[in-house]
Amino acid sequence: MMARWGLRIATGLVLAFIYIPILVTIIYAFNPNRVATWPPDGISLQWFAAAAENRGLREAFSSSILAALGATAVALVLGTLASFAVARFRFFGRETVSFIVLLPIALPGIVTGIALNASFSTLDLSFGMLTIIVGHATFCIVLVYNNALARLRRSARSLEEASMDLGADALQTFRRITFPQLRTALVAGGLLAFALSFDEIIVTTFTAGGVKTLPIWIFQNYRLANQAPIVNVAAVIAIALSVIPVYIAQRLSGVEAATTR
Amino acid sequence: MNALYARPRSVASLLMAAPLTWLVVVYLGSLALLLVSAFWTYSAATDTIDTTPSLVNFGEIIASSTFRTIALRTMGMAALVTLTTAIIAFPIAYYMARVASHRVRGLLVVAILLPLWASYVVKVYAWRIILSEQGILNWSLEPLGVSGPGYGDVALWLVFTYLWLPYMILPIYAGLERIPTGLLEASSDLGARGRQTFRRIILPLAFPAVVAGSIFTFSLTLGDYIAPSLITSTQFLGNVIFSQLGAAGDLPLAAALGTIPVVLMIIYLLAARRLGAFEAL
Repeated sequence: MMARWGLRIATGLVLAFIYIPILVTIIYAFNPNRVATWPPDGISLQWFAAAAENRGLREAFSSSILAALGATAVALVLGTLASFAVARFRFFGRETVSFIVLLPIALPGIVTGIALNASFSTLDLSFGMLTIIVGHATFCIVLVYNNALARLRRSARSLEEASMDLGADALQTFRRITFPQLRTALVAGGLLAFALSFDEIIVTTFTAGGVKTLPIWIFQNYRLANQAPIVNVAAVIAIALSVIPVYIAQRLSGVEAATTR
Repeated sequence: MNALYARPRSVASLLMAAPLTWLVVVYLGSLALLLVSAFWTYSAATDTIDTTPSLVNFGEIIASSTFRTIALRTMGMAALVTLTTAIIAFPIAYYMARVASHRVRGLLVVAILLPLWASYVVKVYAWRIILSEQGILNWSLEPLGVSGPGYGDVALWLVFTYLWLPYMILPIYAGLERIPTGLLEASSDLGARGRQTFRRIILPLAFPAVVAGSIFTFSLTLGDYIAPSLITSTQFLGNVIFSQLGAAGDLPLAAALGTIPVVLMIIYLLAARRLGAFEAL
């Protein structure tokens, strides 16, 4: 009983630790004063209006969404292919695939950043949205791969064999048996990939050229004292919007837990 | 298509062709180029890069006490942050996986995932505000007659621990959830007390998950330069790599410095794989 209460208290403390900085951000988004002193001076919506009119912020938001969509799409295709090969076939180097896929996320971002920067410069590619997507996709593959692989290992192969025995060809089997089993894992992995790409700043700094993604815009603008409240507003909107994907992911894993048990 | 299924090896290579090409050409290719360029030399006087292989950069790093201190400081910070996140993450992960009701568990998973979507940069800035001279931390500690750490390495330790905590909680939670309840029952049936069961059953089975989480906390700390630049005035590996490439334009030296975290992480990953951490990711 004692241990149980200890665990409850520890959980409460960790949650407080996690949420206090986020609450601080939300409070200052409504603070009329440009300077973040404590306690705040009052409540105002003026920074929300200012944020809505800020062109730089709007452009940064759409660049980030575009980059995240592109990176997620590439990661979904490549991650699914790799997971399918590893889960269903034996081939030379199969054990190494997990390692190589993990490497871009396990090596520090700055290394990935300068490595990609050096090779894009060598190839004379112009830095911009395309190079951002290439960089992000590289470290997002693992999220789709891990989710899909875990699902494929748990789902019965016999269903696929039965489908083939009943005369379905490989494509039909994939479309009607394998893919439906994989779908929720792909959505979950895709959402993680989207989130990671949307928030990435270190690799992006080295691959973006002149394009400003939201994290880069925030990083540059917070330094300018009179922009800080707008950045807080941008953060609040991002947090509010993030409830949607997290909710979807959670619902899906609930469905999955219900169907696999 | 069906004919292909009779030859699994060719299907596997068809499937692997695109992902492998991407990872090998784009990623490993870039890493290889970086490794090669670490043996080049940069001349500031002429702003040119000499591609004759030499060990000049590595010699410079080993001879420089500044670089040595920075490398050790970064590794120390990464180890400390990893240890701290593991200690903080374990109780909450345990509560989520083995104590909380199904509904509370779902809510807690959402509560841990949500902050990952709140911008990393904004969170670092939030800590800057909290830790500032007139900030909320000093304000709330004032009645107790103490003050917060202010900006510096201690503050950075706190901020890193904050930032990477979810990356540690989630794998440990998943690892603890996978332990079959039957094993715990068997342990107590055989006469083990709660503490013995924890030490001899739960901890060894959860260890690979802790190692899996530590891959992220360790690597993210090793390569970050944004949080250090905002929270402390001392230099970390990420800062010097960034300034060598960005301000000085010295790609070869930046690349040579970059090999330090790469070598560290590859050793770390190989060890983690042996410990079974890859299955716990």
